Amino acid sequence: MELGRHFVVANEKGIHARVAARITEVAQRFRSEIWLEKDGNRVNGKSVLDVLSLACPRGTDVRVVAIGPDAKDALDAIADLFRKKFGET
Amino acid sequence: MKKVKQTKLKGIGVSQGIAIGKAFVVKRGRISIPYYLLWNEEAREEECRRFEEAVREVENEFLKLKQSIRSDLQEYASLLDVYCMILRDHLIYDETLRLIRHKGLNVLWALNVTMEKVRKIFESVDDTCLLDRMSDVGSVVDRVMRRLSGQHQSIFSTITERAILVTHDLSPADAVQLQLEKVMAFVLDMGGRTSHTAIIASSLDIPAVVATERATKEICPGDLLIVDGTSGDVIIRPDESTIQEYVELQFSLESYLREISRQAPHLAITKDGHRIRVEANVELLEDVVLAKDNGAEGIGLYRTEFAFMNREDFPTEEELYQDYRQMAELMAPHSVTIRTLDIGAEKLSPWLPLPPETNPALGLRSVRLCLKYPEIFKMQLRAILRAGAGLKNVRLMFPLVSGIGELRVLKVLVRETKEELQRKRIPFDEDMPVGIMVEVPSAVAVADLLASEVDFFSIGTNDLIQYTLAVDRHNEYVAHMFESLHPALLRMIKFTVDAAHKAGIPVSLCGEMSGEPFYVPVLLGLDVDVLSMNAQSIPRVKNLIRRSSRVECRKFVENMLLMKTASDINRALKELVACQFPEEYNFFKSGFPDPGEIIYEKR
Repeated sequence: MELGRHFVVANEKGIHARVAARITEVAQRFRSEIWLEKDGNRVNGKSVLDVLSLACPRGTDVRVVAIGPDAKDALDAIADLFRKKFGET
Repeated sequence: MKKVKQTKLKGIGVSQGIAIGKAFVVKRGRISIPYYLLWNEEAREEECRRFEEAVREVENEFLKLKQSIRSDLQEYASLLDVYCMILRDHLIYDETLRLIRHKGLNVLWALNVTMEKVRKIFESVDDTCLLDRMSDVGSVVDRVMRRLSGQHQSIFSTITERAILVTHDLSPADAVQLQLEKVMAFVLDMGGRTSHTAIIASSLDIPAVVATERATKEICPGDLLIVDGTSGDVIIRPDESTIQEYVELQFSLESYLREISRQAPHLAITKDGHRIRVEANVELLEDVVLAKDNGAEGIGLYRTEFAFMNREDFPTEEELYQDYRQMAELMAPHSVTIRTLDIGAEKLSPWLPLPPETNPALGLRSVRLCLKYPEIFKMQLRAILRAGAGLKNVRLMFPLVSGIGELRVLKVLVRETKEELQRKRIPFDEDMPVGIMVEVPSAVAVADLLASEVDFFSIGTNDLIQYTLAVDRHNEYVAHMFESLHPALLRMIKFTVDAAHKAGIPVSLCGEMSGEPFYVPVLLGLDVDVLSMNAQSIPRVKNLIRRSSRVECRKFVENMLLMKTASDINRALKELVACQFPEEYNFFKSGFPDPGEIIYEKR
């Protein structure tokens, strides 16, 4: 199963190291492949450096794609992170 | 020994305060990287094991550090977890092993190649913040390299007496090893406003100056230093009179800041007895804590967009109601002004069709979007009206209203929503005040008409400036033309306030101008009744209100309205604040808002 959803980075500092680590941590819990896309670039959501290299300040529109048996759960878990602004302001 | 003369370095002050003390200079030697190839498989496997072992050791080091971390630096505990993840990231871990195993590179060489690859990836991205992030990766790899080359003693742990730490760069892993109570101030060659050192220093109230570029070259161990974390000045080997001057400055700044926060909970009343209400702009329920701590006398702008973003299912009325109600309860008896959805169609694209728009800033957004989807709008209106039931401290505010026609339609929807609630016998606040944001130039032009049909105005300067001056401040080519003190804007505020007061309704100002302490005389002189801002600005703004006289501010504004350019006004304002609030000016003049300068490209 392949699913994708759009998110907006809403915390003040954008996706910095700690936030990237949280996304990666959650992504690694699932069997599905997780990809993050921005402006046509696609990176591996299970690599903290990949996620960081995408450079997402506040307001960036990011599309997250999950491919695999638990794609829906994975996307829900990642959605939860974005919604809670990764626990930041 | 020959006495060397006083010199001065300029950096960026990232944590305010002044420190005077001796320099403790930390210089790190470069690691020399040997380049040789391993030819047999056994040697390669052995090299891989060395690498894995070093990574494990560094990992353990991070974990041990994490456990020993001081409770006020818990934020850094999680950074150490991030470091462990970076260590194990495929771009570093797997790639280094691959280079050793398949290309036969020795481990330090392999690690160096990997690091360069990562650096290339990061450099190809056009984002200055990434530089800060790159330094995280660099410091992690650096640790592994040092361990592999046998130098893993932390040089930072050797600071034994209270001193000013001077170093090239400071990673959080270094910082947590420091005995911070020994550090009087930080002076760094590198770093920026958002660097870890900036965050750590300001959270611990230690003065810090970063980006001096050559501090470690100019400063010798044991040199006497003065560090001014507000202006970014570092004075090396100061003479007697300079020391004297800074000792006094240090003392007065500390007592000044202490006094300001002590006074923050009290009302802000001008010298001639006018009370100005100071409120906070918030986005989430959690923001209320900081707002109240800093002395907010209400919520002047509650942004409601967040509940609609980053979610799969559409929010329900009940969810919105719970948020609004809790906010109202937390702030009662102070008022909470809830702004209805101020969002572009693109943010609601998961649920609604995205219209093709060539100019979204002038497109289907904010109340216009709400009028296109009245069922969504009414759901939010129900939640807001219900939140005020019994408490009567909630106010309803419409953004981006452009004229009377639009306002009347919005009010019809409010009336219909009230009737529905009444029919269903759901409690709500029947007399909830209804106001509008004044942020579209046409609304200013008809402010007198609008004032007779609403209960309050709130001027949104960010959008008002953008639409009036036709300047997108995020566009680097024209950002310098975003002039908060443009005569056009000041006339518009004046006209709006006069119209409101003639109709007997109050005016607040909730744009970023409100939170700039140096604009206080302008806004008081323009007779704005309420200032609403981010919570951090409240103590300083309240302090300046108390030191102002409204009569004098009015006189100043009268003169200001005769001036012809933003830079003339800016200069006059600078003179006024320097003379009226000498302490505030002296301590914070480096943060005085830039004067607008219209420039042309010289060929």
